[in-house]
Amino acid sequence: MQHVDGNALAGPLAEFFTFDVTIATARCNGCGTVAELARAMVYQSGPGTVVRCSSCDAVLATLVEADDRAWIGFSGMSAIEVPRV
Amino acid sequence: MSDASIAERATDAPSAALRAVPRSGWHVATVAAVRRETPNASRLELDVDGWPGNAAGQHLDVRLTAPDGYTATRSYSIASSGPSSRVTLAVDKLPDGEVSPYLVDEVRAGDMLEVHGPLGAFFVWAPDQHRSLGPVRPVQLIAGGSGVVPLFAIAHAHAVAEDLTPFRMLYSVRTPDDIYFADELQALAAASDAFRLDLVYTRRTPDGWPTPAGRVMRDALAAAVIPAADHPLVYVCGSTGFVEQVASWLIELGHDARSIRTERYGGT
Repeated sequence: MQHVDGNALAGPLAEFFTFDVTIATARCNGCGTVAELARAMVYQSGPGTVVRCSSCDAVLATLVEADDRAWIGFSGMSAIEVPRV
Repeated sequence: MSDASIAERATDAPSAALRAVPRSGWHVATVAAVRRETPNASRLELDVDGWPGNAAGQHLDVRLTAPDGYTATRSYSIASSGPSSRVTLAVDKLPDGEVSPYLVDEVRAGDMLEVHGPLGAFFVWAPDQHRSLGPVRPVQLIAGGSGVVPLFAIAHAHAVAEDLTPFRMLYSVRTPDDIYFADELQALAAASDAFRLDLVYTRRTPDGWPTPAGRVMRDALAAAVIPAADHPLVYVCGSTGFVEQVASWLIELGHDARSIRTERYGGT
């Protein structure tokens, strides 16, 4: 399936976070690139969603949703910067 | 920190872009009107209960639930903006889609949908957002196919605000029949010198069109977009392949990657 980008995370992650995650910037643990999550590459499939760095392709985050819970991993990013509204 | 400084901080206005993005939530939408937009797409007017308004360029998620409880959720860009709870979508039918064939061919006025939004604060434009960031920079919009929907919202918001920031739109479309918001875009271009529309036809041109049908190539892109030397803000929306090809050419042409905002809808 063709990938999309981090803009597509706005809806799924709005279920769990009170701020818009797509304009949060994060540092990739793989290559050090700092970018808005909207600029990341997003691979959606049956089991869940994988978010990858647009520079080095390292996995930044994963999201798996079930009816009654979700598993959210931010294994590949650090120093998330969130604009205050 | 003293109470006084807390009070001062509390009154600090957020940036215009963030102020323009209301909090998202789930809402019930009633289809107010539906009509054919192109041979393969429909335009839906939704009345969304409790909708807080939306910024130009945002999207929403539509969730359909089958009688057995199976759900399918898809994202659609919003073609309208502002405080109204009337929201316009234009939906392209994907051949193997689970949601779009229903929205394009089946849905009728009076039907109800579950929608989640408004969503996304990245691929948005607000009239005063660039003024607060220093000198006014021109804006280049680049659309591939149905990727024009959020860019039409931005162009329309630019016109409604009577904003004089120079805007230019490059719109790649298969044939003259496939243009979304054809009349509205022509009217925007005719009404203001601050908005210029350039169309590229990839499969069939109108009679007498000066260039043969074909994809946007690097040289044509260079000729039809605001030059990098003018430091435009660039918004690109379309299929993943279109967006990534255009963005890589823009960088080759000297545009700053940080000034290019992209939205990929997947597809082929």
